[in-house]
Amino acid sequence: MKEFKYVITDPEGIHARPAGILVKQAAGYESAVKIAKGEKSADAKRIFGVMGLGVKTGEEVTVTADGADEDKAIAELEAFFKENL
Amino acid sequence: MITISGKSVFGGVSIGKLLFYKRNEKVIKRTHVDNVDEEMVRFQNAKNTAVEQLKGLYEKALEDVGEANAMIFEIHQMMLEDLDYLESIENIIRTQEVNAEFAVATTADNFSQMFASMDDAYMQGRAADVKDVSERVLDILCGTGGGMKEMSEPCIIAADDLAPSETVQLDKSKVLGFATMYGSSNSHTAILARTMNIPAVIGLGEALSQEYDGKNAVIDGFTGTLYIDPDEKTLAEMQEKRARDLEQKALLEQLKGKENVTKSGQKINIYANIGNVSDVGAVLKNDAGGIGLFRSEFLYLENTDFPTEEQQFAVYKQVAENMAGKKVIIRTLDIGADKQVDYFGLDKEENPALGYRAIRICLTRPEIFKTQLRALYRAAMYGNISIMFPMIISVDEIHRIKAIIAEVKGELKNEGIPYKEDVELGVMIETPASVMISRDLAKEVDFFSVGTNDLTQYTLAIDRQNAKLDEFYNPHHPAILSMIRMAAENAHAEGAWIGICGELGADLELTEEFLKMGLDELSVSPSMVLPLRKKIRECE
Repeated sequence: MKEFKYVITDPEGIHARPAGILVKQAAGYESAVKIAKGEKSADAKRIFGVMGLGVKTGEEVTVTADGADEDKAIAELEAFFKENL
Repeated sequence: MITISGKSVFGGVSIGKLLFYKRNEKVIKRTHVDNVDEEMVRFQNAKNTAVEQLKGLYEKALEDVGEANAMIFEIHQMMLEDLDYLESIENIIRTQEVNAEFAVATTADNFSQMFASMDDAYMQGRAADVKDVSERVLDILCGTGGGMKEMSEPCIIAADDLAPSETVQLDKSKVLGFATMYGSSNSHTAILARTMNIPAVIGLGEALSQEYDGKNAVIDGFTGTLYIDPDEKTLAEMQEKRARDLEQKALLEQLKGKENVTKSGQKINIYANIGNVSDVGAVLKNDAGGIGLFRSEFLYLENTDFPTEEQQFAVYKQVAENMAGKKVIIRTLDIGADKQVDYFGLDKEENPALGYRAIRICLTRPEIFKTQLRALYRAAMYGNISIMFPMIISVDEIHRIKAIIAEVKGELKNEGIPYKEDVELGVMIETPASVMISRDLAKEVDFFSVGTNDLTQYTLAIDRQNAKLDEFYNPHHPAILSMIRMAAENAHAEGAWIGICGELGADLELTEEFLKMGLDELSVSPSMVLPLRKKIRECE
């Protein structure tokens, strides 16, 4: 299992649009991808779960990937977060 | 005449008949089904049809309102294919042996409830998205669906609230405006209305009654007012307001992309003043060359505690990025006097305008100042940011500011945090003292920006909030004009540039005078950019 932590800088937090793009991106991996904020965690391939975390700007999330392509998933997702969130 | 107040989401005036949006009402009943597998197939087929429809809507929206706004229909597709959502529906159908309609309606309620209970206005607004996609599936299952598609004449559409899909499906050539009972300015309908340039008023509440269907109405999108059966006087006023607005928009089209140049070839920059991130759209729309004054106060005024470095960084970065290389002049904290914030714990003062405010707070409470400077120097990596300091009266203050900047840079460097080394620095010229020592100040900084409101108040010794003094107040007072001229000469003598960011900058009677003084920049409210450009192009 691989993971990274990231502090959201997008002033709107993970709102509908980036959540949608994130889910699309995560769905492309074989690995299970999870996003967690504090105690709460969600399947990054499920849009309601991701939006339900209600992640706001300045909050830290932990993204984990577990599976055959976890290295690729984590590298690409980290780049995705930096670029979009 | 009936007047109803709501919230404006897009400026503009529209006049026409009010038409209530009609939906096909359907009643969802819970019925027992014998064959749950068959019911699952019914649901799957309906869901697939709904996804197909959403794909079509996405394509249509892509053309009408662009990719960023069309994205909502892609998100709607994802919602319909979300495993949590599907599992909930399947679970209800199978375990309760009930019809698909009931399962979808129940799931929709639960999921929209989840959004509605979140502590964030934006996410609360998403409850409407869940309802919207679920309605689509229900319409397919029930064989109802499709609200109004045809309108015989252009109308103002009234509704309790409009779903994004309903908004997009309307024949735009026949929609004069939107008036809704509910909805938030964050709703997609509001965003789409803005993108499609359709005047809209939301949040009119129960006062917007069905009985007004078919009546004459006027939307004043500037004030957020809906008039039903307008009297002659109101109608005449609104027609005039509409004409002026259309004229302004025509001007915009005509002058967009044109240079701010006089007939003899003298050029001047026109920038815009903003007070919040949300104003950046207006800056770009009105084709300003940059942001001449970004009042950073809103960050402090809208918060219940000091805004963090990250919060500030995110805002400055966003504005710099949105302006894509155009100049963004950010004024550091200008709290005090008429702008009070509780958590600063400032004492009551006899004379707040002459009191503990702006740079005086920053220099005596450097921890507040340093947080802002760190955010600014970091954000400067992402665009063309300049920093401007308010209420300067001495060269010594500039030296103290520079010493703090040096500390901030040293700290960032030690922490390995990227920042921009050379950021353009300027001062506000808004005290008579700063004018008198402008030659010395110009040796220290890159630019001046004249804050004419305070400069006038301090020079004429007139409180601008005291209406009794109106007869003594002359914004064109020769003392003010010679001060601006003096500051301009001194700036240029030392190789600095100078602009105006106060109200006087937008005073078209003075434009010619300012050009003669050789000012380099005028920063005005976004809506004044094009009228000012027009004026400049008419000058010799």
